[in-house]
Amino acid sequence: MATEMAARRNAPEPADVTELSRRALNIRRHIVTEARGKGQGYVAQGLGVADLLAVLYFRELRLDPDNADWTARDRFVLSTGHYSIAMYAVLAEYGYIPVDELNTYGMAGSRLPMSTFDDVPGIEMVGGSLGHGLGQGVGMALAAKLDGRDLRVIVEISDGELQEGSTWEAAMSAATFNLDQLVVAIDCNGIQADGPVTTRIEPVADKWRAFGFDTVEVDGNDISKLCAAFDALREFNGLPKAIVMRTVPGKGIPTLEARERAHFVRTEAGEWDKLSAELERSW
Amino acid sequence: MSRPAFTPGMGEIAAQAGPYEAAPFGHALADLADERPEIVGLTADMAKYTDLLPFADRHPDRYINVGMAEQNLVAVAAGMARMDKIPYITTYGVFLTRRALDFIAIACAHSNLPVKIFSNMPGLVNGLGGTHQSTEDLAIMRSVPDLTIIDPCDAVELRQVVRAVADIPGTVYVRNIRGNVPVLLDPDTHRFELGTARHLREGADVGIVSTGTMSGRALDVAEEAAAKGVDAAILHVATIKPFDAKAVADFCASFPRIVVMENHIRSGGLGTLVIEALYGRGAVKPLAHVALEDRFHECGPQDYLETKYGFDRQRLLEAIVEGR
Repeated sequence: MATEMAARRNAPEPADVTELSRRALNIRRHIVTEARGKGQGYVAQGLGVADLLAVLYFRELRLDPDNADWTARDRFVLSTGHYSIAMYAVLAEYGYIPVDELNTYGMAGSRLPMSTFDDVPGIEMVGGSLGHGLGQGVGMALAAKLDGRDLRVIVEISDGELQEGSTWEAAMSAATFNLDQLVVAIDCNGIQADGPVTTRIEPVADKWRAFGFDTVEVDGNDISKLCAAFDALREFNGLPKAIVMRTVPGKGIPTLEARERAHFVRTEAGEWDKLSAELERSW
Repeated sequence: MSRPAFTPGMGEIAAQAGPYEAAPFGHALADLADERPEIVGLTADMAKYTDLLPFADRHPDRYINVGMAEQNLVAVAAGMARMDKIPYITTYGVFLTRRALDFIAIACAHSNLPVKIFSNMPGLVNGLGGTHQSTEDLAIMRSVPDLTIIDPCDAVELRQVVRAVADIPGTVYVRNIRGNVPVLLDPDTHRFELGTARHLREGADVGIVSTGTMSGRALDVAEEAAAKGVDAAILHVATIKPFDAKAVADFCASFPRIVVMENHIRSGGLGTLVIEALYGRGAVKPLAHVALEDRFHECGPQDYLETKYGFDRQRLLEAIVEGR
């Protein structure tokens, strides 16, 4: 298995960008399905990371859709629990959960709450309290390293989470423990609950470099560039990896992209047909 | 990772008069880890002061120091637990319960992850004041759902607890006793069992309900009380959660008056649990409560602080003999 994994990492299949783009469109369609009729939801963030999730699930992660608990799987940690809308979308697209179930997103009794619980197949962490993801990803990667297990841990965090001190505690320890199988993907979409990201977080990439990460910065809504970023950080060189992704909230639906206050999108019931049509036109 | 080698007594507060064992936590964990390869030991720059060094010496490949980063300590442990490890984590209780509470609750307990938290210097056990005295930890931790809480009384029980928690499902919070720890119980007869209170002393006049290191003090002072003609029974409640409410209520029913003794603030700990257990069964009776007041304590020598804050022998004896 080690040989197989090494081969996969060193010489990945050439990216089929068309196929990944189709997956990203489907993920966005699923997101609209989840939000439709609810009037509200974390739609914009979900649309923003749809391209990353397409690249992760259909190119990078070594998983088994028929066996979510496969112990040798790569681990994907979604630290931003409110991105659950996108997580369920990709889990449905991947085959972990039924597509039909997406209609229950955020509803009473649903197992798809607006913040992630780990009882959903394919979800590795209870999300919602920010600043938790990277530390747990460090623990996963550290355990894998201690056991000589050849798997990768990919952690998604947001630019807002750079305000949480625990994120930097985890970053320091990742470099200390030489966790070169750990990849942190930072979704810089520029928004947080009260509006634009408030603290002085730039230069984000330089911060990760300073903390000992092999770092690249990329347009997070450009699938070919995302693929190139993962390829650039494939080497096992003792350094943890960081991909700083610039994403557009609401990406794929121009009306939502244009919204200034996109953290928690509220939409009139009759507007979803128009938004869906915009999404299809963007393909 | 460079660190000082373990020497017995390091991190110790004060030598005990009776028999004691040095660093029972660290030695018991090292022994257990010989048998259980899934055990890892983590600390946040407090291996020396939490007795983790005997483990680190014997299992350096499974010893992890994350630095002064308590939130990360708990998060990393949670991540390791998700990868089939059983992490034992140590630092001072104040830093765990006040600073890393969200991570204990959400990253660990919410998913019933097997993270075993050994929380050091609980209650009035050092002279460093409110920044280092974890006097309200039981009240805080009792509020965390799905968390098991244990407050062992001596080296014998602590060793048993170290072993037992590996097989207790989910997240466990243990009030650790470091340094030269008194040996009070007979290892051949005492058996720690989760959720079960233990009779440590038979008596007819007054019932003492105690937990943690206060159970040792209760044993000690009960002898002095007996010399004054007051025969006290002692029920040691090592498991704070789940609480053995029936045993406590039954025990209290057999005595005209009750003394609760705990190294913790008055509210939210053992005393609160005893009152809930009694009132819940319609039982009301005189109850003396030896506990700390709801305040931050000053720095100073241990005996000075114990006298000032009501943990000295005289105060304990008054509670038992006079019921106040």
